[in-house]
Amino acid sequence: MAVGLTHFLVVGALLFCLGLYGVLTRRNAVAILMGIELMLNAANINLIAFNKYVAPAALDGQVFALVVITLAACEVGVGLALVITAYRNLETVYVDRIDVLKW
Amino acid sequence: MRDLAWLIPLFPLVAFGLITALGRRLPGEGSHVAVAGIGLSALLSIGIFVEMAFGAPPAEMTVRWMMLGGNPLELGFRVDHLTTIMLLVVTVVGSMIFIYSIGYMHGDPRFPRFFAYLSLFAASMLLLVLADNLLFLYAGWELVGLCSYLLIGFYFERPSAARASLKAFLTTRVGDFFMFLGILLVFLTLGSFRFEEIFARVREGALAGATIGGLPLLTLAAVLIFGGAVGKSAQVPLHTWLPDAMEGPTPVSALIHAATMVAAGVYLVARTFTLFLDWPAAGALHGGAALQAVAYVGGITALMAATIAVVQDDIKRVLAYSTISQLGLMMLGLGMLGYTAGMFHLMTHAFFKALLFLGAGSVIHAMGTNDIKAMGGLARTMPSTYWTFLIGALALAGVPPLAGFWSKDEILLEAFHHNTGLFVMAALTSLLTAFYMFRVIFYTFTGTLRSHDAHPHESPPVMTLPLWVLAGFSAVVGLVGAPMLGNPMHRFLHFEGVAAVPFSVGLALLSTAIAGAGILAAAVTYRWGIVPSSALRRAAGPLYALVVRKYYFDELYALAVVRPVLWIGRSLRVFDVYVIDMLVNLIGVGVVALARLYRLFDLYVVDGVVNLVGWTAKALGGTLRYVQTGRAQNYLLAIALGVIVIVAAGLLR
Amino acid sequence: MERYLLTITVFLPLLGALAILLIPKGREELMRWVAVAAAALAFLASLWILGPYEIGKAGMQLQERYLWIPGIGINYHLGVDGLGLPLLLMTTLLSLLSVIYSWRVDLRVKEYLFLFLLLETGTLGVFVALDFFLFFVFWEITLVPMYLLIGIWGGPRREYAAIKFFLYTLVGSLAMLLAIMLLYFSSEPRTFGIMELIGQQPLAKAPTLAALAFWGFFLSFAIKVPMWPFHTWLPDAHVEAPTAGSVILAAVLLKMGTYGFVRISLPMLPETFKLFAMPVAILALLGIVYGALVAMAQTDLKKLVAYSSVNHMGYVMLGVAAAAGAVGIPEKAHAATIALNGAVFEMVAHGIITGALFLIVGVIYDYRAHTRGVNEFGGLGARLPVYTGVTMMAMLASLGLPGLMGFVAEFLIFVGSFGVFPELTAVALTGVIFSAAMFLWTIQRIFLGPPNPRWAHLPDLDRREVISLAPLAALMLIFGVYPRALLDVINVAMTSLVTVLR
Repeated sequence: MAVGLTHFLVVGALLFCLGLYGVLTRRNAVAILMGIELMLNAANINLIAFNKYVAPAALDGQVFALVVITLAACEVGVGLALVITAYRNLETVYVDRIDVLKW
Repeated sequence: MRDLAWLIPLFPLVAFGLITALGRRLPGEGSHVAVAGIGLSALLSIGIFVEMAFGAPPAEMTVRWMMLGGNPLELGFRVDHLTTIMLLVVTVVGSMIFIYSIGYMHGDPRFPRFFAYLSLFAASMLLLVLADNLLFLYAGWELVGLCSYLLIGFYFERPSAARASLKAFLTTRVGDFFMFLGILLVFLTLGSFRFEEIFARVREGALAGATIGGLPLLTLAAVLIFGGAVGKSAQVPLHTWLPDAMEGPTPVSALIHAATMVAAGVYLVARTFTLFLDWPAAGALHGGAALQAVAYVGGITALMAATIAVVQDDIKRVLAYSTISQLGLMMLGLGMLGYTAGMFHLMTHAFFKALLFLGAGSVIHAMGTNDIKAMGGLARTMPSTYWTFLIGALALAGVPPLAGFWSKDEILLEAFHHNTGLFVMAALTSLLTAFYMFRVIFYTFTGTLRSHDAHPHESPPVMTLPLWVLAGFSAVVGLVGAPMLGNPMHRFLHFEGVAAVPFSVGLALLSTAIAGAGILAAAVTYRWGIVPSSALRRAAGPLYALVVRKYYFDELYALAVVRPVLWIGRSLRVFDVYVIDMLVNLIGVGVVALARLYRLFDLYVVDGVVNLVGWTAKALGGTLRYVQTGRAQNYLLAIALGVIVIVAAGLLR
Repeated sequence: MERYLLTITVFLPLLGALAILLIPKGREELMRWVAVAAAALAFLASLWILGPYEIGKAGMQLQERYLWIPGIGINYHLGVDGLGLPLLLMTTLLSLLSVIYSWRVDLRVKEYLFLFLLLETGTLGVFVALDFFLFFVFWEITLVPMYLLIGIWGGPRREYAAIKFFLYTLVGSLAMLLAIMLLYFSSEPRTFGIMELIGQQPLAKAPTLAALAFWGFFLSFAIKVPMWPFHTWLPDAHVEAPTAGSVILAAVLLKMGTYGFVRISLPMLPETFKLFAMPVAILALLGIVYGALVAMAQTDLKKLVAYSSVNHMGYVMLGVAAAAGAVGIPEKAHAATIALNGAVFEMVAHGIITGALFLIVGVIYDYRAHTRGVNEFGGLGARLPVYTGVTMMAMLASLGLPGLMGFVAEFLIFVGSFGVFPELTAVALTGVIFSAAMFLWTIQRIFLGPPNPRWAHLPDLDRREVISLAPLAALMLIFGVYPRALLDVINVAMTSLVTVLR
């Protein structure tokens, strides 16, 4: 059985669903961040897969994937920093407890 | 000298300003300044008189007072023979009274103010006399009225004085109303305020045959202007203010209410004499209907006031009624075409009536009362006052060769020639005049002192000196009209075209006899008591009551004028509040009622709809707010579900 | 600088008002000084106008004209002539004196001074605005501060009086707005310019519309004047207003009405005005006689002065109506000129005299006796000589004594209107007797008679009161003796106005 575009897309979709599940269900901010990472990676798989199977000559997919990876790194950096700050100030990383802006 | 005439009113005006500003800090507490002011005016007036007597022509000086449209209104002063006589009378008599006042007002708490008012009066009076136009004349006219008001009310703490001043101002203002109307009429028809221009046009016959509302215009204008004279000169029916004006200090009565201001009415008629004649004239001049009115008003006033004077016990009121009566005589003289006669009597009267008032003031000063029945025998204690008063009384009674004789004789002469009825009135007036004057003399100066708490004494020289000066004038000033001296008065002052009535020895004798009879009658009653005065009173019966109540003029005016006007004022006030304002408020209330109606509509209909919308929105919001959890995860879930739904919908299609 | 002189004069008080808003609470003294400074500067600026102003020249001078809302023909257009200039000067002077007099007001000083200066800007604007839109804006600006001045700093019935004043004048404003609209929509090209509309005479060929516009203006101006029978707001407003408010109300706000008649009704709708000159003159006459008689019956000093205003404004209207009655009759043009001269002179004279009278009432009521009942006084003449002198002078000026300002005004009005309406003028002259009776009787009841021991402690005028009153007294005398100083300015404008009418 040859591995085709569909396989990659299924993996990507599964990975995305896992990430989304994590984001939606976790209360721990770190876990939510991890979920977001999964979703971004799922997107990366899709980008690379489309690049390879649909337009091998173009580099757009790879470039976008690289941008996303960079973005993900930034996001983790800022996100973790926020989490740490929140933990320092509020002594929790559970998002439903971080409710000081709520009336 | 005549070019400096504008200085004449200025001197007293400056004195007024100085005294008002500096008051007691001035020498003599202001009195010296006032005397200096009027004195300088008097010197200048005498100079001008001398100049005019040597034949200098009249002089004029004008300023441009304002521009009206394209036409300048140029007004100013005019010095002619009539003016010169008045200047002389006002300043000379004025100076004497000013000097006298220093003694009379001594120690008064408002001493400087008195002299300020007097100076203002002198300035206004001189403005009136010098005016070459009706406007300035009217201005001076009103200002002397103001000074009269201020000085009558000088002792304003006395309610009677306050009332008298108000009465004086308002009564004369009624006359001024007519005068102003006359001035307007003249200006409307002739387009000028200046006497020379007006008279020139009238002489040309500019108003001949002109009528307004069916009345001959010239006559109407003249009568209206005479209305002012009636008010100011206290002629019937506007005479009631003058006796009350005696509430003022006595020098004021002498200056304003005897010698000068009240004579302004006579001066006014003389000044506007042209208007009273028939124009255009062919041959001898004739008086118009207006001049007839002047004569009759004068005659009635003269006789009526003389009768009242007989029954007065207040020395100043006797003199006041005497003044009214004499002013009536002057009017009568003018009305009989006796232009010179009227003005001549004005001049002599100013001297001896001022003298009499000042003499009366001296008596009052000594006695502390005005009641002649409380006096008596003052001739011994106050010789100067007595002798000067006697000279004044004789002059007034018309005993030759004193001043009053000559001037009164001329009036009688004119009346005799023109109108027998008026002559009889004038003769009767003369008789009564002699009678009441000597009634006063006998009550005051002869017999014994009736009041027990008075200690009469002669007044200080500052008061008696003016008395003697005025007595001197009263004695000799009439000679300027004496026919044996060639009647210089006539040559100096006469109205062009009016022939003088020749002197008549018979009439002069008759006039002297009348005066003698009056004096004799007074002596019979009051000196020798042959016919007691109570018998006279009984004999007169209801006539006495009528005269004592002054012919009920005051009562009539209170009933017919003052109360109705006040009543109308009060009712209009009520009308204003309860009718006009009520209407306004009614409209207000109506609008408010309508507004209430709208409010109900608004509340339940318009607002109902609005509220419904609002309520719906609120309810919706209340439900939907639960969607807003604030948890990003919830939203995310919704987004994910939405995506799934969209994708599913896309796939199923 | 001189090019913007009018704008500067008009808006200086507003500038002062804004500055006062910035002063922190509690610095009342500073606020007062700023207010006095603003009013004084405005006065100086208005005096400065006399420099570049050419007295002998007819027509508008020192004009400023900028497009404002060009789409519908609205300009910012100011200008001054012999009619506006005396009123402008009078307004700045009286505002200054009123601010000085108001020194002792200590209730909500900031708001008081702010409103007062705002009011001054409004009134000044009315007298120089040459564009109907601008005119209307200024006209309305005066309304609110006056309403609040009466409503907040007034007497016991202040709210009633303030509302009455406001509604009355608002009704008038509405009528005027309609009349302005009528003129605007009849003009070609469309313009709000007052001078342009006078030149165009847009309603000359439409008598019905012209009559409508005339009565629109009439209602507005007659209420402001106030003419009989629209006068009942005046006594209430005056009685309740604070002293300085009364002064401005009587001296300046009433003049806006008569100014409107002369500036707008007369030249803009001459034929129509002529048609209704007689009824207007009769209303004026009623005001004269009625005002004097009702004043005589008053026992409240302030009300008395208020009704005497009705009387005096009646004189002004008689003169204006006479000028209107003479429209188109060349031989009566001279009489019309005299009457108009008199009317404008009376506006200024009434402003100065009645302004002084209200200050005088304030002196006795605000800080001394706290009563205005004429009958409660008596014998004050001995106790307060300076006060008595000033009061008598103002009252004598008001009753038309020669040598004082009122006489010249009344004299000219009577001379002028006698040439047009002789019978009416003759009746109007009786008003002179009644007003004399009224004022002298008042003097008698307050100052003459035995001193009332109740008032034995009253002090005479203090320095600030003298400062407020002395200039007015001096002006009464100066213009009374030498009216040319004022009449030369007025006469040029009135002569050219009558020329236009002829």
